[in-house]
Amino acid sequence: MLTEEDHRLLKLIAEDCRLTPEQLSVQTGLTPDYIRKRIIDWEKEKVIVGYQPMINWARTNEERVSALIEVRVLPQRGYGFDKIAKRIQKFPEIKALFLMSGGYDLSLLIEGKTMQEVALFVAEKLAPLEHVQSTATHFVLRRYKQDGVELMGEEETIQRLVVSP
Amino acid sequence: MNHYLASHVAGLPPSGIRKFFDLVATMKDVISLGVGEPDFVTPWTVRESGIFSLEQGQTMYTSNAGLLELREELSHHLTKTLGLCYNPLNEILVTAGASEAVDLVMRAVLNPGDVVLVPDPSYVSYAPCAILAGASVRYVPTHAKENFRLRVADLNQMYTPNAKLLVLSYPNNPTGAIMCREDLIPIAEFVTKHDLLVLADDIYSDLTYEGRHVSFASLPGMHDRTLFVSGFSKSYAMTGWRIGYVAGHSDLISGLTKIHQYTMLCAPIMGQIAALEALRSASEAKDDMVTAYDRRRRLMVHGFRQMGLDCFEPLGAFYVFPDISKTNLSSEAFAEELLREEKVAVVPGTAFGPSGEGYIRCSYAYSIEQLQEALIRISQFVERRLSKL
Repeated sequence: MLTEEDHRLLKLIAEDCRLTPEQLSVQTGLTPDYIRKRIIDWEKEKVIVGYQPMINWARTNEERVSALIEVRVLPQRGYGFDKIAKRIQKFPEIKALFLMSGGYDLSLLIEGKTMQEVALFVAEKLAPLEHVQSTATHFVLRRYKQDGVELMGEEETIQRLVVSP
Repeated sequence: MNHYLASHVAGLPPSGIRKFFDLVATMKDVISLGVGEPDFVTPWTVRESGIFSLEQGQTMYTSNAGLLELREELSHHLTKTLGLCYNPLNEILVTAGASEAVDLVMRAVLNPGDVVLVPDPSYVSYAPCAILAGASVRYVPTHAKENFRLRVADLNQMYTPNAKLLVLSYPNNPTGAIMCREDLIPIAEFVTKHDLLVLADDIYSDLTYEGRHVSFASLPGMHDRTLFVSGFSKSYAMTGWRIGYVAGHSDLISGLTKIHQYTMLCAPIMGQIAALEALRSASEAKDDMVTAYDRRRRLMVHGFRQMGLDCFEPLGAFYVFPDISKTNLSSEAFAEELLREEKVAVVPGTAFGPSGEGYIRCSYAYSIEQLQEALIRISQFVERRLSKL
């Protein structure tokens, strides 16, 4: 269970991981040494697993296609879905993998350069895997929001008075 | 045409803030720390409920006192958050912003010749509203060495037998000071001794950074003496919706309602519906805003102290009130020269009363990036001034 202070610190790092321990210290009232130690601990405990900028690739001219794939698998005795999931996640094309409740078992987010490349990956790598019963591929047509950030939204321009009581 | 104006209006000095606003409006690329409203947009769930109310055709008057559903929710909210107990049927009045509530209180309880005791510095409207109600004002100074808390010693000095109303506005605009229970108890004894009413403007009560706000009205025996004023502008970033409220003894609220029904009739219905939604489902969004303000508050206090200025640590609202007297400039000169030389707008402390001399008010309802840039510019200005001494 995180303390309130640690929760605040972790949230701040999640919001902007570029902040230095000194900057974090000014904004939280915690000492830089405490913050440094806490970050190291969280990295060791795999609470912090990486530091990445959020990039809206649609704004670059790079070709990129993503698809959400529903996969039905046969659970294995003694392992459930974990064994097959651990095997599937090794493919670098797979950016996210979830075990789902409902009509199918695993949900995958795949990225590739073209639709063809993604389709071939599913047909040649994913579908033939042992225990995979069926797949259904849904291509992403447009990203409106990701990780809490509106990608297509118009900036809300706030028109405040310059001075007010 | 000035001679047509009533003498008590003509004699009212223009707001110190207004003067500064006109100056800033003529300049470009100014970073303003002069704004007394949140930089956040109203939480989406609240905006959405306002839109839905329009789609549903809810465009009529409400009862004078405001939607009963909103008053019931408010009553529940005040009990839960501040331990206050008000009957939604006759002890709560929904107003067009807390500003209307302040005006109503003054007009409903003051007779010509009465005196209002106002902590100094504090929000700009109390004195003009008192004067428009025919009363006069005595400023009760508060001091940085006392953390800008109101003290009975100062109240005793300024007391006059004509005093009828004491204004308490904590967390305070412009200082960011708060009053805890131990600070309020002697004030309660003072108002009981002199049989005063209290206007408790608790508009910033949700924006505190160490411990929870204690409302004066929650102190033993103070329920009936207090007119509790608050609103949605600061807590839920809803300034433009104009929804506030006042709660108190039913006799007093009924007096206030008489004025409200002839002048405002009712607060806007769309805002009332949005306010109801804010109480029901925006508490998480509110907490996130408080967390963001807290980060900025620490940044600002640290920034001013790094410049070598004394800066009282504000524990509420969203303002810092650094002491700029080391620069040998008056508050007004500091603000004007800073604006001209570094294009940063702050508000001179004197806009909030004579005790504001030697201080400036900086709002931190801005993004961290804007605040950092403003601090760099202010620091350059202060360094130049200090090196001249």
